[in-house]
Amino acid sequence: MSEPFTLRGSKPTRQGFGEGLVVLGERYDNVVVLGGDITGSVMTSLFKERFPDRFFSIGVAEQNATTIAAGLALSGKIPFFASYGAFCALRNADQLRISVCYNEVNVKIGGGHAGISVGPDGATHQVLEEIAYLRTLPHMTLVVPCDYLEAKKATIAIGEMVGPAYIRFGRAAVPFFTRDDTPFELGKAQVFRDGSDVALVACGAMVWESLVAAEKLAQRGIRARVINVSTIKPFDVQTIVDAARQCGAIVTAEEHQVHAGLGGAVAEVVAKNYPVPIEFVGVKDTFGGSGEPEELMEKFGLTWKEIYAAALVAMERRDRGFIGYRAVKEVPRYEELPIGSDGQPVA
Amino acid sequence: MSAEFPIVFDPTTFDNRRRQPHEFAEIARMIRRDIIKSLVLAGSGHSGGPLGSTDIFAVLYFGGYMRYNPHDWWTPRDRFVLSAGHMCPVLYATLANTGAFPKEELRTLRKYNSRLQGHPGRDMGLPGIETSTGSLGQGISIAVGMAMADKLLDKNGYRVFTLTGDGELQEGSVWEAAMAASNFKLDNFCWIIDNNDCQIDGRVHDVMNIYPLQDKCRAFGFDVVTANGHDYAELCAAFDRFIANSEQRCGKPTAIIAKTLMGKGVSFMEDRYEWHGKPPTWEQARIALGELGEDIPESVEA
Repeated sequence: MSEPFTLRGSKPTRQGFGEGLVVLGERYDNVVVLGGDITGSVMTSLFKERFPDRFFSIGVAEQNATTIAAGLALSGKIPFFASYGAFCALRNADQLRISVCYNEVNVKIGGGHAGISVGPDGATHQVLEEIAYLRTLPHMTLVVPCDYLEAKKATIAIGEMVGPAYIRFGRAAVPFFTRDDTPFELGKAQVFRDGSDVALVACGAMVWESLVAAEKLAQRGIRARVINVSTIKPFDVQTIVDAARQCGAIVTAEEHQVHAGLGGAVAEVVAKNYPVPIEFVGVKDTFGGSGEPEELMEKFGLTWKEIYAAALVAMERRDRGFIGYRAVKEVPRYEELPIGSDGQPVA
Repeated sequence: MSAEFPIVFDPTTFDNRRRQPHEFAEIARMIRRDIIKSLVLAGSGHSGGPLGSTDIFAVLYFGGYMRYNPHDWWTPRDRFVLSAGHMCPVLYATLANTGAFPKEELRTLRKYNSRLQGHPGRDMGLPGIETSTGSLGQGISIAVGMAMADKLLDKNGYRVFTLTGDGELQEGSVWEAAMAASNFKLDNFCWIIDNNDCQIDGRVHDVMNIYPLQDKCRAFGFDVVTANGHDYAELCAAFDRFIANSEQRCGKPTAIIAKTLMGKGVSFMEDRYEWHGKPPTWEQARIALGELGEDIPESVEA
């Protein structure tokens, strides 16, 4: 990307999903939507108002909705079912595995309330584990858009592909910064900022945080590459291997458990193809809790500061020869980083 | 150790005209023999449920109640979803006898690369397998989705049949599906319950009581018919009632509670839950086939 991103405002990714569904409804008569009672919250209500004859309320029954969607798909429809990710990725896990993915049917799932930024609803509704599950399902396509506009593009894209797909989106308004001409392609990770000192690999709202961290790193002469992995499955191996080879140090950032999510996917690819030090920014094997989104993102370590600190550690491990070097090392908090001779924090 | 013997599959010619009840007996015997043959060749699999529900399959597929052409799966057709996926030996044997695929393929049940997977897999492309099933409680929801697609959207007038076991009713999502079927007034939807009161661990009412079944189905908004699942006249009457409900657009889905005996047709398997999940030995198969009208001489060696 030559042109740097600028903040265009703040919008929730769920709005992009809701608007994308309406576009699909206009384009295709066989797009239908199943509601799981929280249609206003996941914004399928926009489709319901526009196409009431193609909207079916299934009630609070996510297992049934998922399998009904499989039956509709087997009858030539393109069904979307949306709920909160805790319920439409995990409660219905077996239905997704057998009736959707093993069946390889054209079912699309919209999983809202993803991540810690759900806020006051607390741990039960803040799904932090579903990327790990969904990316192990054969035939599944898994998309985690970085902002409102990419969510809209991604929703349309999964509606126009054939096969099972899941789109992950959030509740809170988050930075909105991509443009109509920002490239988006299923299965392709996009380099949002070029650099070869360290690669910041992120998905969802952490992409913006990575861009902020890259800007801060640039102030001290570190050129960070920022990669937006909007499709987690199928995974864009080449872009990540290129980053490993050209940068030699990687930080992953996601609003998800650090285990087995985006970070896990990156680690698998890097370990196999071009081992380099990786630091993982995410929720560290704990459940969420109630609070305002911003304070939770601070508390659980999901801001540019953690990415910045992790980048310094990853580069240090690279520069000192990372094999066997301080194999177990926690990334220090940004505030605890020692200040170097240039007055900037160092690792 | 008992000796193996050559397995021969009898040829079949399919037509699904309306039949008189007594005409189903020989068809059912043929399907039961084919179930025994495919299971003894497989060396694993479920015997009890398939034999117990054979009469239902004979009436459904050979009685003109399922409108479909085994050589044309593209034009609008009625759908059948085997929600109790482990009972697939009876579905495979029935489909083979309708000519959907060569009967010789029954030899491959549960074998490597076979289209006759241990539980139905749509990925293998066996004609007549509308969907993968095997995780209990899901097929009925898929069938509801299929019925919704036609009743609420396409309006081609096709009907959807699904068969669940009775132990399967312990899966809560079955009742989510039942709730949705009446909520959407799916009078094109027929839910057959194979009620043999047997599951792997014992009697269904001992493992986890599901009764009273009629009251439950009625409370969930179904028109409920109870039939002896081995009485062809009663089964025909039950399906006739569903067809009438569907044609008159009564606004209610139909539930057929078919009282069956697990392992029906083979004396030593009948009503014994131990036969839920195992195949006959070769010696047991010889006896079973004899009881089903095909004598295998003791002297025949493979």
